[in-house]
Amino acid sequence: MVGGRIPVSKVVWSVVGWLVVFIFFFPVLWMWLESLKTEPQAASSPPTIFFAPTLAEFQEVLSGDFPPFFINSAVASIGSTLLVLILGLPAAYALAIRPVKRTQDVLFFFISTRFLPFAASLVPLYLLARDLHLLDNIFALVLIYTTINLPLGVWLLRSFLLEIPPELFEAARVDGASFGTELWRIVVPLIAPGIAATSLICLIFSWNEFFYAVNFTSSVAATAPIFLVGFISGRGLFYAKLAAAATLASLPVLMAGWIAQKQLIRGLTMGAVK
Amino acid sequence: MISVAGSGGVREPTAASVARRAAWFRRLPLLPAFVYVILLTQIPFALTIYYSLFSWNLLKPGSFRFSGADNYTRLVTDESLRTAVFNTVVLTISVIAISVVLGLAVASLLNSEVFGKGLMRTLMIAPFLIMPTAGALIWKDTLLNPLFGLLPYVFTPFGLGRVDWVNKYPMVTVVAVEVWRWTPFMMLIILAGLQSQNPEVLEAARVDGANAFQSFRRITLPLVRPFIELGALLGSLFVVQTFDSIFMLTYGGPGEDTTNLPFLLYIVAFQGFNIGQASAIGVVAVILTTIVATIGLRTMFSIFQVEPRR
Amino acid sequence: MRDRKLRSPNRQRAISRPTFTVVLGLLIALVGAACSGGAGGGGGGAATTITVGAVDNPSMADLKKLIPDFQSSHPSIKVNIVTLPEDQIRQQVTQDVATQSGRFDLFTIGTYEVPLWAKLGWLQDLAPYIAKDSSYAPDDLIPGIRTALTYNNDLYAVPFYGESSMLMYRKDLLAAKGVTMPDHPTWDQVAAAAQKVNSSSVNGICLRGLPGWGEQLAPLDTVVNTFGGRWFDTSWNAQLNSPAWHDALTFYVNLLKTAGEPGAGNAGFTECLNAYNSGKVAMWYDATVAASFFTGDAATNSGYAYAPTKIKDWSGWLWAWTLAMGSASTKKDAAWTFADWATSKAYAQLVGTKLGWARVSPGTRTSTYSIPEYKAAAGAFAQVTLDSIAHADVAHPTVDPVPYIGVQYVDITEFQQLGDQVSQEFAKVIAGNETVDQALQKAQALATTVGQAHK
Repeated sequence: MVGGRIPVSKVVWSVVGWLVVFIFFFPVLWMWLESLKTEPQAASSPPTIFFAPTLAEFQEVLSGDFPPFFINSAVASIGSTLLVLILGLPAAYALAIRPVKRTQDVLFFFISTRFLPFAASLVPLYLLARDLHLLDNIFALVLIYTTINLPLGVWLLRSFLLEIPPELFEAARVDGASFGTELWRIVVPLIAPGIAATSLICLIFSWNEFFYAVNFTSSVAATAPIFLVGFISGRGLFYAKLAAAATLASLPVLMAGWIAQKQLIRGLTMGAVK
Repeated sequence: MISVAGSGGVREPTAASVARRAAWFRRLPLLPAFVYVILLTQIPFALTIYYSLFSWNLLKPGSFRFSGADNYTRLVTDESLRTAVFNTVVLTISVIAISVVLGLAVASLLNSEVFGKGLMRTLMIAPFLIMPTAGALIWKDTLLNPLFGLLPYVFTPFGLGRVDWVNKYPMVTVVAVEVWRWTPFMMLIILAGLQSQNPEVLEAARVDGANAFQSFRRITLPLVRPFIELGALLGSLFVVQTFDSIFMLTYGGPGEDTTNLPFLLYIVAFQGFNIGQASAIGVVAVILTTIVATIGLRTMFSIFQVEPRR
Repeated sequence: MRDRKLRSPNRQRAISRPTFTVVLGLLIALVGAACSGGAGGGGGGAATTITVGAVDNPSMADLKKLIPDFQSSHPSIKVNIVTLPEDQIRQQVTQDVATQSGRFDLFTIGTYEVPLWAKLGWLQDLAPYIAKDSSYAPDDLIPGIRTALTYNNDLYAVPFYGESSMLMYRKDLLAAKGVTMPDHPTWDQVAAAAQKVNSSSVNGICLRGLPGWGEQLAPLDTVVNTFGGRWFDTSWNAQLNSPAWHDALTFYVNLLKTAGEPGAGNAGFTECLNAYNSGKVAMWYDATVAASFFTGDAATNSGYAYAPTKIKDWSGWLWAWTLAMGSASTKKDAAWTFADWATSKAYAQLVGTKLGWARVSPGTRTSTYSIPEYKAAAGAFAQVTLDSIAHADVAHPTVDPVPYIGVQYVDITEFQQLGDQVSQEFAKVIAGNETVDQALQKAQALATTVGQAHK
């Protein structure tokens, strides 16, 4: 690109892009705005568009005991995501680069585990957890979330692994690299954007998961979604508080997204490999 | 897999025992994940099948008795199940189709030269980050409500001020909210796929005189197709299980207009506490999904085929 | 193809250092959490920890704020309150009690669950505990509520929140159209008033249309009751095809269509509260506690009338949130101590002095309504609340006798699912996608199946 001149196409596509992003982002923005209003303002007719922001609802939300909920969510999400990577990366590798016989069947099996709707198996699972004394234990949630996300992780990682040119592996084997070295030194850096995308998706799913959390925990291991939903009151106005709680609950995942962003930047891998 | 007859590969000894050891070595990385999934999914599934053969209402102690195929025969005549299956299919296909197209469009935008890509990407993921329950409630009560929602207020000049979206067009509303949620997901996957493209090929095409659309159609699209299919497949797995949005937006209605399989299961299992019946519905859901998935994967998806490594 | 180096000194690390450290730290936290087991982390040896599963409700929110007061007077009992919306907490508590999982030592259930679960033997009989506490004063509980929580002459749960239903109206908006509202109006009078006041900017009345046995069916059932209808006759034959049902449903739907709020099919308590507060509707028939959330014009200009009637008088519904404990609980004494404290006369005083007199939990004790500060703060609707609850009779909600108890619900285990399904059909009628007769036909079929099981 010639220094100083900005192509028209860049401007046009930027405008289009920002318009689309604004449409998608607007409900979230509206939610943030709602959290800065008072309760009557949050549900007024006509809607309040101009108002003096207040942090009163945030204070009310924060006055509840929220750190344990968030810590539990962090443990469950990060723990299960790490477990998905630890179990899923080798599995995806085996299925992509050194395929086993019946790879198709194995792949199908992995996604078939997602066919059963949660409500059908929940009571049997609940009874099992009760008998194993795993109720209200954050570790149970880690296990459950890993189970939910592992098929997703294996499929995603396999697809990214399939993109790696096989010549790289030949070169590595010629140099005498073992399987571990191969995986860690070559594969992981090459599919870093893929790992970042997979991790982010797993994190988001685990962080926002409500139904298993509410059924398997009560006070000690309760997670952020339960904290959030606790603001939905049957009697009284609650939209501003709910918006504030939802904003708070989404901040950690937003941060994770921003961190993962850095891995999604082009040039990190393909550029360096040359 | 490097074939023995292939070009310039490593020489492999042919002794049978070593070959078998090599085969096990190949399976080894797969085993931990495989065993884990079997333990944690097949045991609950077995339990579900077991309970489906019993009639058991949690609110009626002493009602636990063997009933064989009763729960299943009752489903044959059950109109609710048929409606739920139909709604599930409509919802899934609509949401996946629309969000894939939108996701591809946005991913392409984010992969090209635009201002503030990083911020755009972060903001774009936002719908996917918000807890589904909270998002649906915000949509229903603060955005779509005909009395004090923002959208009817904004659209009043166009005469759409008092349209009751959630009640008059329930399925459209649910699909719209789900598309809003899932487009970022598709975008993430497709973008990662676009990022792993080799820019040299695009350079070469540009040098050869191809314009943006041509190189998109002929080069980019085929290369990114596996990721589109991946997004569609994985997205379907989750969209089929849509529950939170329906629970908050329409509660399955009006009538049964937006009751899908998971929601029907919720009503049976947690309003009626009919565990046996719910288990039977779950087993039927698995059978139906398996049939559809098998057909779909073998015919449509190229990512499902296992190609030999070149 | 260019050569690709195995290791490039310029290549950035796949995972940046700070991210890695954070992740490692959290991994350690995970292992720590898993090793500690999680459950029952109490800590102190002498302290008992009780977990309370509670509905999210303003009275419960206040209770949470005042827990420190309880802890200071009862240092050996630690209280964890888990709040969830109504349907979630109902599902969790039901599952917990039915499978005896012991997740909750004390829980909030409503007048719907108490008789059912007491009969099943799931609830701890509280009479012995009440007898030991001379300050509890069970006779102080408002009669209608006390009857609803009594099984075999014993109390099985203690109420901390009670409500009935009443009509709230904007005196100024009605007066502007020349309408006055009597204290005990009939539904015909209300409908006429709604039509008169209804305009393009202000709707006549707000009524719930949101599907759900506890949402739309609550007010609708009271209309059916006062029109002379009932769910089942004494032989458990479903009665939804009766003329009374037809008239009641037609009346309700027509009132909504001609003078009701837009988006009625999704209007629950909160939506109507918003509408009324914003001055978008002139009248509202709903829970007695609603008036405590009024702001602005709604607060200063509202009048309160008893639940409208037709054939049967005193048609207000009856609902209470109560604290109860499972019969298999291992922490009954600690749980009772807390429940006793939270529903005592002294607690009402505590709320009044610490949080404000308007916040005292309504609808449980008659003595509350004699406190002068409460009467001053709670305003005109306190008397209507007290009288409505006192006259609500769960055993005789209808004109003709019924084999069930419950004013705005039928106290049988199948009612949750039945009520949800039936109210969905009615929501279709409100949306204009079905006729009253079609909906009642379907509802009748559903109810008949349920009735068979009770014959």
